[in-house]
Amino acid sequence: MFELLGSDLLYKFLRGPMCWVAFILFFVGSIYKIIRYTKELSQEKVVFVYVKPQYALKSYFHWFLPFGTRNWRLHPYMNLFTFLFHISLIFVPIFLSAHNLLIYESWGISWWTIPDKLADIATIIVIISCIFFLGRRIFIKEVSYVTYLSDYFILAIVFFTFLTGFLAYHQVYTYKIFLNLHILFGEIMLISIPFTRLFHIWSFFFTRGYIASEFGYVRKVKDW
Amino acid sequence: MAEATQFNIVDPGIEEGLEKLTEERKNEVLSKFVATLKKGRFDVYVNTCIHCGLCSDACHWYQSFKDPIYSPVGKVKQTIWEILRRDGKVDKDFIRRAAEIAFTECNLCKRCSMYCPFGIDIGYMMNMVRRLCHLLGVVPLYIQDTCNSHAVTMNQMWVKEDEWIDTVFWQEDEGQAEIKNFYIPFDKEGADVMFSVIGPEPKFKPQLIQEVATLMYIAGIDFTFPSFDGWDNSDMAMYVGDFETCERIKRAHFEAAMKLKVKRIVMCECGHAFRSVYDVGNRCLGWKAHPIPVIHAIQLYYELLKSGRLKVVKKIKEPVTLHDPCNVVRGRGLGKYARYIMEQICENFIEMTPNNEHNFCCAAGGGVINCGPIWRGKRVAGNSVKADQIKRTGAKIVVTPCHNCHSGIADIIETYKLGVKNVFLVELLLQVVEIPDELKVEY
Amino acid sequence: MKESWDWESKDKVIANINEWKEKFIEVREITPSPDGEKVAAIVRTDEGFTVCENGKLWEGRYDRVWGLRYNSLNQPLALVTKDYEWTVAVDGQEWENRYEFIWNFILGTDGKTIAVNVKTMEQYSVAINDVTWEQVFHQTRGLVLSPDNTKAAAPVQIEPLKEGEVSKFFEGVWSVAVDGQVWDKKFVNVWNPVFSSDSKHVAAEVRLSRTEYTIAVDGKPWDKIFDNVWEPLFLPGRNQVIAPVKTSKGWTLALDGDPIWDYFTQVWHQKVSPDGNKIAAVVATAIGEWTIAVDGVPWNRKFSDAVLEPVFSPDGRKIAAVVKESKDPFKNITLFKNPDNDRWSIAVDGKRWEQTFDMIWDPLFSSDGEHIVTKAEIDGKYYVVLDGKVGKEAYEALWLPQFSPDNKKLLIRGILNGKYVRKVLSLDEI
Repeated sequence: MFELLGSDLLYKFLRGPMCWVAFILFFVGSIYKIIRYTKELSQEKVVFVYVKPQYALKSYFHWFLPFGTRNWRLHPYMNLFTFLFHISLIFVPIFLSAHNLLIYESWGISWWTIPDKLADIATIIVIISCIFFLGRRIFIKEVSYVTYLSDYFILAIVFFTFLTGFLAYHQVYTYKIFLNLHILFGEIMLISIPFTRLFHIWSFFFTRGYIASEFGYVRKVKDW
Repeated sequence: MAEATQFNIVDPGIEEGLEKLTEERKNEVLSKFVATLKKGRFDVYVNTCIHCGLCSDACHWYQSFKDPIYSPVGKVKQTIWEILRRDGKVDKDFIRRAAEIAFTECNLCKRCSMYCPFGIDIGYMMNMVRRLCHLLGVVPLYIQDTCNSHAVTMNQMWVKEDEWIDTVFWQEDEGQAEIKNFYIPFDKEGADVMFSVIGPEPKFKPQLIQEVATLMYIAGIDFTFPSFDGWDNSDMAMYVGDFETCERIKRAHFEAAMKLKVKRIVMCECGHAFRSVYDVGNRCLGWKAHPIPVIHAIQLYYELLKSGRLKVVKKIKEPVTLHDPCNVVRGRGLGKYARYIMEQICENFIEMTPNNEHNFCCAAGGGVINCGPIWRGKRVAGNSVKADQIKRTGAKIVVTPCHNCHSGIADIIETYKLGVKNVFLVELLLQVVEIPDELKVEY
Repeated sequence: MKESWDWESKDKVIANINEWKEKFIEVREITPSPDGEKVAAIVRTDEGFTVCENGKLWEGRYDRVWGLRYNSLNQPLALVTKDYEWTVAVDGQEWENRYEFIWNFILGTDGKTIAVNVKTMEQYSVAINDVTWEQVFHQTRGLVLSPDNTKAAAPVQIEPLKEGEVSKFFEGVWSVAVDGQVWDKKFVNVWNPVFSSDSKHVAAEVRLSRTEYTIAVDGKPWDKIFDNVWEPLFLPGRNQVIAPVKTSKGWTLALDGDPIWDYFTQVWHQKVSPDGNKIAAVVATAIGEWTIAVDGVPWNRKFSDAVLEPVFSPDGRKIAAVVKESKDPFKNITLFKNPDNDRWSIAVDGKRWEQTFDMIWDPLFSSDGEHIVTKAEIDGKYYVVLDGKVGKEAYEALWLPQFSPDNKKLLIRGILNGKYVRKVLSLDEI
């Protein structure tokens, strides 16, 4: 088992065909769902006629701003962890120098990277945030009441992707095993985005933008 | 099986509906409902909610009971998620509990949409659960009866055509005792304003008609009331999920205004009716906005004071606080207008905390109070947070510019022995505005 | 009738309304006669309310008078009450019958048949020309007169229903009474009965159960069920009914239960051309896109806020409708005017008049279909508008102008400087 996990064969599979599968599923799945929802929402007639970008943007701004909304101020720790978690989650995979190198090797393109030290800290933040979120799911009653297995699953994907990445980078135990596991979890995460509630990375912009328009344009109040 | 609550209330309407519900009808309605859940807004909402529980603190029910079954997402879990998980194959106990949740534990106040980071419209989802219950025929007795009244009489309170006309005549007669040549014109074509009220005004509080007409008369507003169907702007059908009846009564209301060629519809101090006219019923019928612009009484008073058409000659001395009705403050941003009025007419205006669009609902709105007296105890218990809020202000008067809020807050004041009185804005205004000498009746 | 009116006198001052306002405690409901020669108002004297016509008072003094109007014989009519009894007064003459309450005061197609809903001792009925139906009901709501003015139909409640009796309500306690005779079938709800052109049949919107709606003709429901329905209309000269119906696909128009048009976001106010060949209706093609559809084909031009019922020219070639538009209806909703929003006008065959108004009244075609006249409000004054062109004179009050029989002149009834005036202008003098 360990041998397989650490094998070059698996590495080649994950780096090669599986990588393609993951990215294709991620992009095609996301685009398919966005198109499907757009179609269904226009059939609902009363949705898009009220969507106004100026109100959506204003609302995004407040919800993206730390302590920018009343509910964020009521939940300062949650707010803090949510922010650091999401920023790290997005920036580390895209701007990590090791990832960039892989892309450069494959297609000869690269972009700006963040220092490894910073990436390391960000990774630790993601890991700690995951533990914080896990704690909320277990100990806070209004969260545990609505927690399903799928919530642990989503959390676990992120947690293990970053944990294995961290361990691989620091070459703890067997580098190859963690590297393979890291790629595997990362690919599972990508594939999961269109097909699980991780889809919220895209749908946030619709749901928030829509309610912001209803509140700002029609009801003439802020929604934060 | 969904969780039982500490309240064992048996609603005859729900029970009878369940009894009559056939397995065939249940399966037919639920399979269609599941199909709606799996597309469009519903599917986006279900697949976006990350189960974070951050909406909980937004809800006065949760704040009062601190039990997660009352959190907004908790209510979605017990209804929508469960229906999806079971692919619509739910039993009658489940439907009973779903009806209880949707009709009596959610005021559709939409405060949670402001607290959910994704802005998920849980009020919409709960209203669609009510729609499901309507299609199944499982609806609390009192609100169903009200909905039936709408379908027959186009008003909320079984007021017959002649009774409405006679009540307005009576109020005109009463008003003439105070104001010279006081006149409430019916069907005046081309008037600037059509004033519309809710059924409970002619039924239980006819003096409110006289009072608001008096204000408009003093201010020189060219107003009229329709003598025919459409005079009522209320809408419990929307809260039952009976959108067909909702369509019918909203059509009657807007067409009354168009028939009378008025330039504005001004609505009485009611919140749910405003919501129905402003952004529910109009959409059901295909209007993006309103064929005739719609103004709430708060805005009327604000504009009359601001333009100087009404002059304030004295101020209310007792400490006064303001309850912001969800449907016109969170629903239409009238908080700033209400505050302008309060500053103009009160010496000592004290804010509730939180206030304005962040204010807590009265727990009567959204059709909950219309589910009848059997649910009263639960409704009042579910809003201890409102009682605390009022108590903390130290005010002696609570202004509630909405009928459902007015009744709901009255119940809270009584149950929690708050020792304050609650009033409509028009009642305070009539105490402080100038009645020109030439309009006063001399004795 | 119009032929006998005075089409020669250009300008007549009939009454000084300002003087009335000085003379009487109150002046209400100022109303001119169709020929414009007379003007009446409800006035209050020290002895009570009465009607003043051209300065002359009715004999009777009442506790209240309302609903003043004229019949086609140029006689004023009103509902009057004294000592808690109501009746109808025609030119000062009261009906013999007295009632606890009367309302829904309507006139027949002949302009002189009068019908009202009546109530006595909590029992409801209908009266036509001072003859009351023998039958009484727990409630009547609204009424309609047949085209031949001999019969009335009204939704009636035929069984008692207490508040809270939900089950009984859904068993059905409503039906339609035609000339007092109730249909065999009971319904959950009944709305908007309408007569056929030969006055022999009646159709109405009915609700069969909580969620089932259809149209019933002479008490027999269509065999198709819909999610909702609107007002039925008989095709002229035929016993066929068209009505807007709602299905899961949207609203369409149905003929005897079968959809004949495409599906829209809304369909209502269907009208049939005078020759019976065309059907027009108000439709919404999407939220906030209103227009008129003719035989199912919507005009290209859409209107954001509202389109009122279509009006056919007498020859059936043209269709006009009142339309309303706003730049942004959610911007600056105030009690007072917003110049960018709420602009009313008239569209003819899909083309809107250039000028817009604060308010506009229904279009009236000349008998040759060449011209349209109406009245409109601009800055609190009223103007005659002919084919989109605004008249010179600004009136304090104005009633809908009338074309002369040869369509060369207009009869104008309005108030200028506090005086009620009757003018006859040729079309180019407007």
